[in-house]
Amino acid sequence: MSNTAAPRRVIPIVEVAEDSLYEVRRKVYPRAVTGTFARWRWTLVWFTQILYYGMCWMPWNGRQAVLFHLVERKFYIFGMVLWPQDVFFLAVLLIISAFSLFLFTAVAGRLWCGYACPQTVYTEIFLWVEKFFQGDRAQRMRRDAARWKPENAARRFAKYFTWAAISLWTGFTFVGYFSPMNELVDSVLNWQVGPWELFWILFYGGSTYMGAGVLREQVCKYMCPYARFQSVMFDADTLVITYDNERGEARGGRKKGLVNREIASATGMGDCVDCSICVQVCPTGIDIRNGLQYECIGCGACIDACDQVMEKMEYPKGLIRYSTQNALAKHWQLGDIVRHIVRPRILIYSALLVLVGSAFIWGLASKPALRVDVSRDRAALAREVEGGLIENVYRLHVMNVSEVTQRYAVSVSGLSGIEFVGEHIIEVPATSAQSTTLRVRAPADGKRGAHVIYFDVKSIADERIKVHEKASFIQP
Amino acid sequence: MSDFVSGFWNIYITAISLISILFCVLLLWSQSTHKSTGGVQTTGHVWDEDLEEYSNPMPNWWRWLFYLTVIYSLAYLAVYPGLGSYKGSFGWTSVNEYDAEQKQAEHDYGPIFEKYRAMDIHAVAASTEGKEMGQRLFMTYCAQCHGSDARGANGCPNLTDKDWLWGGTAAQIKESVALGRDAMMPAKGLKPDLNGEQITDLANHVRSLSGLANDATRAKRGKELFTTACAACHGPEGKGTVGLAPNLSDGSWLYSSAESSIVETISKGRSNRMPAFGEFLGEAKVHLLTAYVVSLGGSMADNSVSPAPTDTAAAPSAATAEAAAENNLADL
Repeated sequence: MSNTAAPRRVIPIVEVAEDSLYEVRRKVYPRAVTGTFARWRWTLVWFTQILYYGMCWMPWNGRQAVLFHLVERKFYIFGMVLWPQDVFFLAVLLIISAFSLFLFTAVAGRLWCGYACPQTVYTEIFLWVEKFFQGDRAQRMRRDAARWKPENAARRFAKYFTWAAISLWTGFTFVGYFSPMNELVDSVLNWQVGPWELFWILFYGGSTYMGAGVLREQVCKYMCPYARFQSVMFDADTLVITYDNERGEARGGRKKGLVNREIASATGMGDCVDCSICVQVCPTGIDIRNGLQYECIGCGACIDACDQVMEKMEYPKGLIRYSTQNALAKHWQLGDIVRHIVRPRILIYSALLVLVGSAFIWGLASKPALRVDVSRDRAALAREVEGGLIENVYRLHVMNVSEVTQRYAVSVSGLSGIEFVGEHIIEVPATSAQSTTLRVRAPADGKRGAHVIYFDVKSIADERIKVHEKASFIQP
Repeated sequence: MSDFVSGFWNIYITAISLISILFCVLLLWSQSTHKSTGGVQTTGHVWDEDLEEYSNPMPNWWRWLFYLTVIYSLAYLAVYPGLGSYKGSFGWTSVNEYDAEQKQAEHDYGPIFEKYRAMDIHAVAASTEGKEMGQRLFMTYCAQCHGSDARGANGCPNLTDKDWLWGGTAAQIKESVALGRDAMMPAKGLKPDLNGEQITDLANHVRSLSGLANDATRAKRGKELFTTACAACHGPEGKGTVGLAPNLSDGSWLYSSAESSIVETISKGRSNRMPAFGEFLGEAKVHLLTAYVVSLGGSMADNSVSPAPTDTAAAPSAATAEAAAENNLADL
C-alpha cells in the first residue's frame, strides 16, 4: 500500500460498464471471511441444516416425526396430524411469515437474505467446499486462469463431485419429507424409486446445485422477487449495512497506526484505506461504499472484513456497520438508533404478528380431534317411502383426526319425528376416515322446501370429542 | 387444417407467424448491438415526486434464453401444425389423438367387458368385480334419476324393492335398460267426463287400497268409479298389470301418495319415460348395468312371470346400493 498524500485513486474493482443493454456476468470470487457476522451466518447454517437434514429421520410414536405424506394426504408434525381440510392453518402460517418478514425487514433490513435464505445457506456451504478444494479467492482466480492444468482440473472436478453429492443428498432429504423415509430408503437401495420421487430428488438436487454452485448472486439479482420489493419495507430508521462516507472519504492507502491517521486526516483523507477487501468478500460482488444497493443481501461480510482491517490499522471499528440513514445524517449514537426502532410501523407489525400468532396457536390447540362432512346425495333430492315418510339421503364422512381408534354415536335432530336408517355407531380407525350412508326420514309435514337439521357425532370414549353439523332436509 | 374457407387465410397465418418470429429476432439482434449513451440511465419516469426507476442492463444469459424461445417456436412450428394448413412433421391432430386414446382404451378395457358380456347376468351379479363395474356405470348413467343408492326419487322407480313396473326378471330389466320404456297414463282414465268431486272420490279410494288414511264415504263412491274409469288397466282390485299399469295397492308410490298428488295424476294424467341406453352404451355395458340392478336384490327369478307381488317389504338387503351411494358422494 502506498502512503503518498491524498491520492484520490480509485481502484477499478468493478469494471466500467460497456454501455450495452446486456450485462456480461463477471464471476464473483468471494473471499472467505471471519468475524461476528460470519459466525452468526455459520450458526444459522448449522442450525437450519441440522434441522433440515436431521428432522426427517426422527421417529415419533412409531412413525416419522415430520412427514407431509402426500399419498395419504396427512401431514404429521410431531404430535399433530393435519388433514387437507386444515389448509387454513397453512394460510395463517403464511400470513405470520409475511408479517415477520415485514417486521424484521423494517427493523434491520434483509436479515432473511443474509442469514437464513436457502440460497445464502447453500452458497455458503458450496463456497466452503470450493475453498477446501481450490483455495481462497486469489488462489481460485489463479487456478481458474489455468483451468485445464491437470491439478487445477482435478481440484475442480473434485469440487463438482462434492457439490453433486451434497445436492443429491439435499434432494433426497427433501423428498423424505413427502414420502416416508423408510420406504424411500428401501426404494433407493433397491433401485426402484418411483418416477415422481426420482424427478423431485433430481429437480430439487439440481436446483440446489444450480442455485448454490452456478447461478449464485444471479438468483438474488435477477430471479428473486423479494430483493425487488424490499425497498417498500425500508425507511430512514431501518438498520442497513452502511459505509460511513463522512468518516471514510477520501479513501487512500497509508501506514498503520494512529499517528499516520492524523497525518492522513490532515491531508483531507478519511479512514478508508481502500484495501478493497470489503469488495472481495462480497458474495454479490458489489462495492458497499457506493451506498445502499439492491444487490446487497445484508450478509455483513464487508463489516467483518472492514473491522479486521480497522483493527490492524489500530483505528476504531465500524467504518462499515449496521446503521440507519437518519443515524448517519444526524450523527446519532447507538442509543438513538435503538430508540427509533420503536415507531408506528414496527408497533403495527408487532401487534398484528402477536394477534395472528396467538390466534394461530389457539386455533391449533383447540382443533377438534374429529371432523365430519355431511353431503346430500347429489342424485335424489327427496323421495317418499312407506308410511308417507319423506326420505333424504346423506353421506356422512367421519374423519378421526386422533391417533387412536374411536367409536362414534350418530344422531340426527331438527324435525319432529326425524329418524334415520343406517349405522348408529361408527368405528373409525386412527387417523383415517369412514363414510357411511344415512337415509334420514321424517313425516311429510306439508311445508315444502329445505329444513335445517343437525347431525351430532360424539365419541363414545371421550365426550369432549363431538361435532354438531348442519344439513338441510328437503320436503318435496 | 381444412377449416379455412379460402386459401388466403393459410398464407395470412403463415406469414403473420413467421414475420412475428423474424421481428423478435431482429429486435433481439438490434438490442444486442445497441450502445447506450453511457452509464446506467433511469427510465425517465418519475412517480411520487422523486421516485425513479433505473434502466439497468439485463443479464447477458437472458439474451440466450430469448434466442432459445425463438428456436423453440421454429422447432414447434416445424413438427406441429401452426403455420396455416401445414400439418407439421408429426402429423398431429386432436382427432388422431382422440382416436388413439379410444383405441388404447378399447384395447385395455375391451377384453374385460367382453369377459362379463359372455357371462350369465346372475353370474356377473354374483362376482365382485362385475358388480363394481356395473356400479360405476350406474353412478355415471343412472344415478341422476334413480339415486346413488338406486332407491329412486319422485317419478323415478326404486330399483331395490320387489315392485317392478315392467317386470323384474333379468331379461325384462335388461330390456328396460337397452330399449327404454315409455309410459302414459291418460288423464281421467277411461272416463273423460270425470268432474273434480269424482276425482277426489277416486283418489280416496286409491289411498284406501294401500291402507292410507281416507274419507270412507268418498272412497266408497270412488270404488264404483274405479271399476269403469281405471280397472281396465289397473285391475279391479288395483293390483296393476306388469308392463301396463302400476300396482296401486302395494304402498310403493312412483309419485307422492298425498291426496293432492293422486288428484293431479288422475286429472292430468302422467307421462314418463326411461331413455333407451342400448345403442348409446352398447351391449356389454347394458349387460353389466343389468347385473348390477339384479345384484341389488329386488329382481325376480327368470321363470317368474306373475305380476308384481303384493308384499310391501323393502328389498332384503341393499347394502350394495348403500355402498354405491357412498361412492357417488365420494366423487363430489
